[in-house]
Amino acid sequence: MSTYTNFTIETDADGMALVTWDMPGKSMNVFTQEVMDELETILKQTVEDAAIKGVVFTSGKSSFSGGADLTMIRGMFSMLADEREKDPAAAAQKLFDVAGRMTWLFRAIETNGKPWVSAINGTCMGGAFELSLACHGRVASNSKSVKLALPEVKVGIFPGAGGTQRVSRLTDAQSALQMMTTGQSLTPQRAKAMGLIHQVVEQDQLVTAAKQMIRDGLKPVAPWDERGFKAPGGGVWTPAAAQLFPAAPAILRRETAGNYPGALAILKCVYEGLQLPFDTALKVEQRYFTQVLQTTEAFSMIRSLFISMQELGKGARRPAGVAKSEFNKVGIVGAGFMGASIAYVTAAAGIPVVLIDQTQESANKGKSVSEKLVADSIAKGRLTKEEGEKLLSLVTPTSDYSTLSDADLVIEAVFEDRAVKKAVIEQVEAVIPATTIFASNTSTLPISGLAENSRRPDQFVGVHFFSPVEKMMLTEVILGEKTGDRALAMALDFVAKIRKTPIVVNDTRGFFVNRCVFRYINEAYDMLAEGVPAAMIENAAKMAGMPVGPLSLNDEVAVDLSQKIMKASIADLGAASVKPGHMALIDKMVNELDRRGRKNGQGFYDYPPKPAKKSLWPGLKDLYPQKPASETDVNTLKQRFLVTIALEAARTVEEGIVTDPREADVGSILGFGFAPYTGGTLSYIDGMGVKTFVELAEKLSRQYGDHFAPTALLKDMAAKGDTFYSRFNPYEKAKAAA
Amino acid sequence: MTEVFIYDHVRTPRGRGKKDGSLHEVPSVRLAAKTLEAIRDRNGLDTSTVDDIIMGCVDPVMDSGAVIPKAAAFEAGYSTKAPGMQISRFCASGLDAINFGAGKIAAGSDDIVIAGGIESMSRVGMGMSGGAWYMDPSVNFPAFFMPQGVSADLIATKYGFSRDDVDAYAVESQKRAAKAWNAGYFKNSVIPVKDQNGLILLDRDEHMRPGTDMQALASLNASFQMPGEMGGFEAVGIQAHPEIEKINYVHHAGNSSGIVDGAAAVLIGSKAGGQSMGIKPRARIRAFANIGSDPALMLTGPVDVTEKLLARTGMTIADIDLFELNEAFAAVVLRYMQAFDISHDIINVNGGAIAMGHPLGATGAMILGTVLDELERRDLNTALVTLCIGAGMGTATVIERV
Repeated sequence: MSTYTNFTIETDADGMALVTWDMPGKSMNVFTQEVMDELETILKQTVEDAAIKGVVFTSGKSSFSGGADLTMIRGMFSMLADEREKDPAAAAQKLFDVAGRMTWLFRAIETNGKPWVSAINGTCMGGAFELSLACHGRVASNSKSVKLALPEVKVGIFPGAGGTQRVSRLTDAQSALQMMTTGQSLTPQRAKAMGLIHQVVEQDQLVTAAKQMIRDGLKPVAPWDERGFKAPGGGVWTPAAAQLFPAAPAILRRETAGNYPGALAILKCVYEGLQLPFDTALKVEQRYFTQVLQTTEAFSMIRSLFISMQELGKGARRPAGVAKSEFNKVGIVGAGFMGASIAYVTAAAGIPVVLIDQTQESANKGKSVSEKLVADSIAKGRLTKEEGEKLLSLVTPTSDYSTLSDADLVIEAVFEDRAVKKAVIEQVEAVIPATTIFASNTSTLPISGLAENSRRPDQFVGVHFFSPVEKMMLTEVILGEKTGDRALAMALDFVAKIRKTPIVVNDTRGFFVNRCVFRYINEAYDMLAEGVPAAMIENAAKMAGMPVGPLSLNDEVAVDLSQKIMKASIADLGAASVKPGHMALIDKMVNELDRRGRKNGQGFYDYPPKPAKKSLWPGLKDLYPQKPASETDVNTLKQRFLVTIALEAARTVEEGIVTDPREADVGSILGFGFAPYTGGTLSYIDGMGVKTFVELAEKLSRQYGDHFAPTALLKDMAAKGDTFYSRFNPYEKAKAAA
Repeated sequence: MTEVFIYDHVRTPRGRGKKDGSLHEVPSVRLAAKTLEAIRDRNGLDTSTVDDIIMGCVDPVMDSGAVIPKAAAFEAGYSTKAPGMQISRFCASGLDAINFGAGKIAAGSDDIVIAGGIESMSRVGMGMSGGAWYMDPSVNFPAFFMPQGVSADLIATKYGFSRDDVDAYAVESQKRAAKAWNAGYFKNSVIPVKDQNGLILLDRDEHMRPGTDMQALASLNASFQMPGEMGGFEAVGIQAHPEIEKINYVHHAGNSSGIVDGAAAVLIGSKAGGQSMGIKPRARIRAFANIGSDPALMLTGPVDVTEKLLARTGMTIADIDLFELNEAFAAVVLRYMQAFDISHDIINVNGGAIAMGHPLGATGAMILGTVLDELERRDLNTALVTLCIGAGMGTATVIERV
């Protein structure tokens, strides 16, 4: 028998070969070229070995597999880029062949003549689930850690190794489309109910049950390879399908505004595939997969949402040579909503927290935020009662600063006021030991200024959380002028511990995320003043890929908060820092109309009592002379939103605030939902080409104002043919540092 | 080019398009054949001289499949020399069949054509022929596919028609249809459908509800809110017309066209054709046109195609004495009147599909006949016939008396 790097094979007396996938030096199994080479050999070996009656395929890790490997995908893209330069036509053929490798390897397993059973012991994602679907039997452990998903759509592609064809032949088309177009995770129970797996058993019975399936005479033939096979629900030309297929694209449009070629391709593959013999259907899927792989959306989304997000999460920006931080206790000062929420996520990560406020009563009130979140999680079955109790036991509310004396990290989240913050910094530093790092959670106050209140500014760092903390996946880590490596490392270690993705930015007013968000909202103010119908403003933003319209967003953050920020900006930076028209609009909204946003039930929207839905305030029409909708081009509105934000992101790079394009991209998507299909703010620019972007910005600046004028950096990049990822190549920097 | 004349037209009464409808028991082909028989018998037509039989049929499958006009020619006992062809342009098929035939005559290839349409909606349900337009995601998506009712509600929202507006229109349609029937305006063109023994199955439009008033309509729930809100189609409408915050659902069974069974046939020909038949022309087909229009609004094609037709002919709205626009949904007609500032007094003067029903493939031929009769009754000269069409199209024809 051959030996394998990534697999072991043990054949028992009954001729059951147990193939265990266990890649050396990796915490999770992933598909690499080598894995596929070996899988091919294993298939050949098990087919040829007459003693082998069937194969049980499982994993030696705690998870089953995460699917495709980053390096393999990167390799595919660089291959494509190289081939395109040589011969674009041949490149498509080459990509088609490469993209089909998994498809046909899995098909070969499916038709090998001996039964294969996939024994799914843990998380089973993407290609690994597709491999399992090609096995004749599927048994999953009932362990809570088992999640099955085809999540490819979330990174701009789709299940292209037979997934669209097998899922739609195992379960009804509606469930199949829903599962694949959302990329949702399934519990083993749900997967079984859908018909995607055959059995759910106790973890320790997994292999036994899988072997038993073979012993019980599992036929090594997929249902669709049997004569007379009919898809569940009957296929495409049935009354049920006549309900489904007309509506499916509408729902997809509602959810995505048509910005995701990968998602639409799933619908196409299922619709076309269900009308074809299986092998032809696989080929059709392979064609669409090849097409989608070549889109800018797929390239940019994979880079930002798969590769960069993982790299940042693993500490790409963490200074080397600083020992890994231990968190035995974290102190949170300020038990308002933000502080209380940070306390919750800290405890949820298993770290003891002291939550400090001025009085015991207000500290207790802060802990009640955790209590409510825990109760919700228990109600939704996400936490057991015991887990919930354990979590809550980690949060200690108090008014006693001396409890911070053994804290590794203290995060202040008090009111955004320099004097208040100064007092807290001094109070905390009076009790904490020399090693403790102090982090200030602020969204508006520059960190270097706050650090002036500290006796040890090198141990002072900014950490900007986003609300609601338990849901938002991003944290901005802000470096003050004097912030040292250990403070940065600890902040990043903490962010990793609470399972959020960090971006590291240098100090500036609004940091990265809020600077971009202000641009977004400001553009909406301009549009209102031009007389663009408010609904068109909101819809255009959503069609551009933004999760929430700018006026709705402004209502959420509160219109009077905008007023405060604008006034502070004028006070600190001068009158020119805010457009007079914007100030006038917001002053009118707040001072004259008392329209402060959702919190007082009226802002740009009216908020009637539930169950009625919010609707745009009709009085907006009377604030400015209205332009007929036919005179406004919705595509221009969409571009204005994306371009003004992207320009701001480019400015942060030019100013040295953001130094790594991955952070501007990931930060913009996780921080404020910037059109994910673009791959983020800088990928949006790179994706269309800097030269095209500069031309577009110039065109917009002629019509809509100087804020669209391309910056010197952009013009230089356009002239030199640079992209952000070439000029600020994060990998070269890492190489140089190493 | 050869001039094209209209010599005669007939239609069946419209039976309720359900299993309890009076025409449900009549196979589609027989319904179509009734109109062919009437055209032949009323005009003493030598059917061996018929150059073509063109019929619109939107769902030409099963009972209505396989070139139903040729099948109907057999059923009606026509000469085997008479050929047949089935066409579809959705709801305008019946009018497009006439235009197609007119084109052949104008080109000098045909002299005598019978054109019309057939739809037995009780026997072959809407959508039975399937289709890429709404089933194939590759097409559905760029076509902004929506159920037509949601499009009609989108039109009402975009152009500001309230529930009261569309209901008032529907009440008037019922009133006009009832009045026209009672006054006998349709008696020369509606042929009673009889069985093998000469017993009458239906001799009057069965869908009408003459007593309908605003109150009765107010009790009906909007029909398309569910598909709009649950099916995702509202988002499709909004993304196509983003100035709209929310669709106002105003259409229901009482202000939308009725689902019915029916067939119609129009005898057209060249001057020479008329001479060989020995009959006198009643009107001339002056011009016709087709157009594609906004796919999400879908049903505003009549506005676009009317503009195109007027421009091509050098005519103006003022040159048209009567308009006939298929009442697919009340908002379709209201938008048309709004766009051209046309008084309700000269459009759909004898009611329309809201009262009498819309047998998809046949309606175009039916309403052309209706307006021709009315031109004669009022002794007016020129009429414009038009229909809105699925997927966003419009067809229009101008006729004038000779």
